[in-house]
Amino acid sequence: MDLTLSDEQRLLRESADRFVSETYTADHRRRITNDPLGFSAEIWKQFADLGWLALPIPEAYGGLGGGAIEIGILMEAFGRGLVAEPYLSTVVIGASLISECGTEAQKQALLPKIADGSLYLAFAHSERQARFDLANVRATAKKTSDGWRLDGHKTAVLDGNAAGQIAVSARVDDGSGKPGLLCLFLVPQGTRGLTLRDYPRLGGGRACNLELDGVRLPGDALLGDGSDALPVIEAAVDRAMAALGAEAVGIMQTLLDQTLEYTKIRKQFGRPLSANQVIRHRLADMAMQCDEARSMALRAALMASAEPVVRSRAASGAKAKIGKCARFVAEQSVQLHGAMGVTEELDIGSYFKRLLAFDTLFGGSAHHYRRHAALGGRAIQA
Amino acid sequence: MDLTFSAEERAFEQEVRDFIAANLTPEMKRATALTPSVFSDPDIGMAWQRALHNKGWGAPGWPVEHGGPDWTPAQRWIFETECARAGVPNVNVMGVKMVGPVIIGFGSAEQKNYYLPRIIAGEDYWCQGYSEPGSGSDLASLRTRAVRDGDDYIINGTKIWTTHAHHANMMFALVRTNETERQQDGISFILIDMKSPGITTRPILTIGGDHEVNQVFFDDVRVPVANRVGEEGKGWTYGKYLLEFERGSGIASAKLRDALKTISDLAESESTGRAIDDPDIAVRMSEIEVDIDALEMTELRVLSALQTGQNPGAVSSLLKLRVSEIRQAVTRLGVDVIGNDGLYVEPMRPLYRLNEAPGIPEEMLPVVPEYLNGRAYTIFGGSSEIQRDIVAKMVLGL
Repeated sequence: MDLTLSDEQRLLRESADRFVSETYTADHRRRITNDPLGFSAEIWKQFADLGWLALPIPEAYGGLGGGAIEIGILMEAFGRGLVAEPYLSTVVIGASLISECGTEAQKQALLPKIADGSLYLAFAHSERQARFDLANVRATAKKTSDGWRLDGHKTAVLDGNAAGQIAVSARVDDGSGKPGLLCLFLVPQGTRGLTLRDYPRLGGGRACNLELDGVRLPGDALLGDGSDALPVIEAAVDRAMAALGAEAVGIMQTLLDQTLEYTKIRKQFGRPLSANQVIRHRLADMAMQCDEARSMALRAALMASAEPVVRSRAASGAKAKIGKCARFVAEQSVQLHGAMGVTEELDIGSYFKRLLAFDTLFGGSAHHYRRHAALGGRAIQA
Repeated sequence: MDLTFSAEERAFEQEVRDFIAANLTPEMKRATALTPSVFSDPDIGMAWQRALHNKGWGAPGWPVEHGGPDWTPAQRWIFETECARAGVPNVNVMGVKMVGPVIIGFGSAEQKNYYLPRIIAGEDYWCQGYSEPGSGSDLASLRTRAVRDGDDYIINGTKIWTTHAHHANMMFALVRTNETERQQDGISFILIDMKSPGITTRPILTIGGDHEVNQVFFDDVRVPVANRVGEEGKGWTYGKYLLEFERGSGIASAKLRDALKTISDLAESESTGRAIDDPDIAVRMSEIEVDIDALEMTELRVLSALQTGQNPGAVSSLLKLRVSEIRQAVTRLGVDVIGNDGLYVEPMRPLYRLNEAPGIPEEMLPVVPEYLNGRAYTIFGGSSEIQRDIVAKMVLGL
C-alpha cells in the first residue's frame, strides 16, 4: 500500500504544472477560442516532444507504457489551465480503443502516429435517443461486396473537426432484422457521405454532430476482428471518466484557490468577506468537496485496470461524486465572486463552464449513481 | 502507487482474522449489533479489551515502551478494517485513545507507571469531563473550579454529556485553576477518582431511549495535586491535543462500510419487502457507498503520508465532519429501509437481553434508536459548525 508519487511521477507533475502555467495564460485561451481548430497544433507538437502523447501507448508501438495514474497527473494539470488540446479524444480514448480492439496491423499503423503527434482521433458514439446508455446505438453497418456501408447519426463527437480518423460505432445489420453486434469503424475525415456540424464546445475546445449517409468504407475500416466492441467501449469510457475526474480536480482546485484569494481581498462593511462565518463555512465545504473529488479521481485511476465490474463501479462512483462536488464548487465560486462572477471579465466563468461540461460528458451524477446501483456487487467490497 | 498489501501484511491480516475468530464470541457479536449507542456496555467492551491486551494488542497507537504493538500505519489499517468487518465491540475509547496519549505525552513518571498498565489491561474505566451546562462548543469558558488546598485541589461545579460516567471509576477533566485574562490559560487537566466523596451522577436519557450520557456534580471534591497532568494552566493545550485523537482516529471508513452493509442486508431481505427494489433506496445506497469510498481513499492518503512521519493535524477536522455526516446518512437510510417496522418502540435496554422475542425482526431493533441517537454525531467532539471554523482556519488559513 503506497499512495505516494514515484520520482518519475513527481517529475511528470512538475513539468506538466510548469508547462501549463507558462503556456496556458488567459490570453492564450482567448486566442484559441477564436481559432477554427479550437486548440494549438504547435502545443500538440510540444506535447509529443514531452512524451505525453506516447504516455499510455504500449512500448511495442512506440509508447511509454504508462497508466491511469500518469494520465491523471497530466489531466489535473490540464484542468488548472483549461487545456483545449484533444488529449482525451486522441490519447485517452482513441489509443485505448485501438490498443484493445485493433488488429495487429491497425495497431502498427496507428499507435505510433498518435505517439508522434501526427494523428488526431475522435470517438463518435453517442446518439440522440441513447442519452448516456452505451449500448444504445442505432447507426448501422451493412456488409457490401467490397467493404461496409454506414448510416446513422452521432452527437457530441469531441474534437471531430480536427480528427484524421473518427472511430464510429455502429450495429452490424445482417438483414435478419435483429439488432446486430456493436462494432467500431475507422472513418477518415472527408469520406463521402460523412457530414460534420462543427461547433464551439461549452468550456473550451470543439465538438460536432455527425451524419452518416451511405458512407462507404473498405473492409479493413472495421476496427478489430468483428467481435462485440461494447466491452472495449465501456473500458475506454470508464478510463476517460477517470481522466476527466482528475481534470475536474485541477479545475476545482483552481476555483477554490482563486475564490479563497478573492474573499480575503474583497472588503464590504469595512472588513474582508472572509471574516464572515457564513463565507468561511462555505469555503470549508468547498475545500472538503475538492478533497473528496481528489480521492475519488485517484480511486478511479487506481482501479482503471481492475476487473470490469470493479472498474466500472469505481468509474461511475467517481463520475457521480466528482460531478456533484464540481457543480457545488463551481456554483459557489461564482456566488462568492458576486456579480463579477457572472461576467466574462473574470476567469471564473471559463472554469465554471468547463466543470458544467465535465458533469454532462458521458452522463451526469444522477445517471452514474443509477449505473453504480445497477452494476450490483453491492457486497460492498473494501 | 498501489493499494495492495505486502506478503507480511497479508500474513498479519490472517493473524488478525484468526485472533478475532478465536476471541469474538457470538454473544459479543450479537450484543454489539444490538447496541444503538456509540459504545458497548462495559461487560462487553472490557471483555474485548482484555482479549486484545492478552494478545499484546491492547493499545495500538501507543509507543512500544508503554505496551504498544509497534504497528506500521498499514498494520493499523488492517487491524481496524478486520475488526469492523467482524463486528467487534466498540471499546471505550476514553481510556486507550484519549487519556492514554495525554498521560504518555505530558504525565509524570508516577502517572505513567500507575495508570497506563491499568488502562491497557482494562482495569480502569474512564470517562471524559469536558463539557459543562454553560460550556458546549465554547469549551474554554468552563467554570468547574479547582481551588488549591495544601496537597489537594477542592473541586466544585458540574460536567455534562459525560459518556458512561455511571460505569466509570476514573474521570479526566478540564477544570479552572485560575481566573486569567485569556480564559484558556486558567485551565488544568486533572484525573479524578469517581468514588471520591462529593461526586454524584445523574443519568440523561438520549432520544433513542438509551442511557449513555450523564451529568456529574462535584461538591467539595478533594483531588490530590499529584493527579494533575502536566503544568497548572496548560490543560487547554493537552485537551486540544486529545481532541485531535477524538475527532479523527483516522480509520472510520471500515466501520461505516459495516454499518451500511447491515442496512444493505436488510434492504435485500424479504423482511423489508426487498426495499432495495425501490430505485430511490438503491440510488441512496450507492450515494452513501461512494461517500464511504471517498472517505476511505482520504484515510488511505493520510495513512500513506503518515508512513513518512507526519502529524494528523487539521485533517482530523475534515475527517470528523465527513464521518459524522456519512454516519447520519446511513442511519437515515436505515429508517427508510425498515418502513413500518420503524414505528415499533422497544423501551427495554440492553436490547440483547430482552425477556421475550420482540414484535419485529430483532436486527431491526437498533435502527431507529441509532438514527435518533446518531443526531449527536454532528454535535459531540466539537459540532460540525466548530469543525468548519477549524477547517477555515487551519486548512484554508483564513
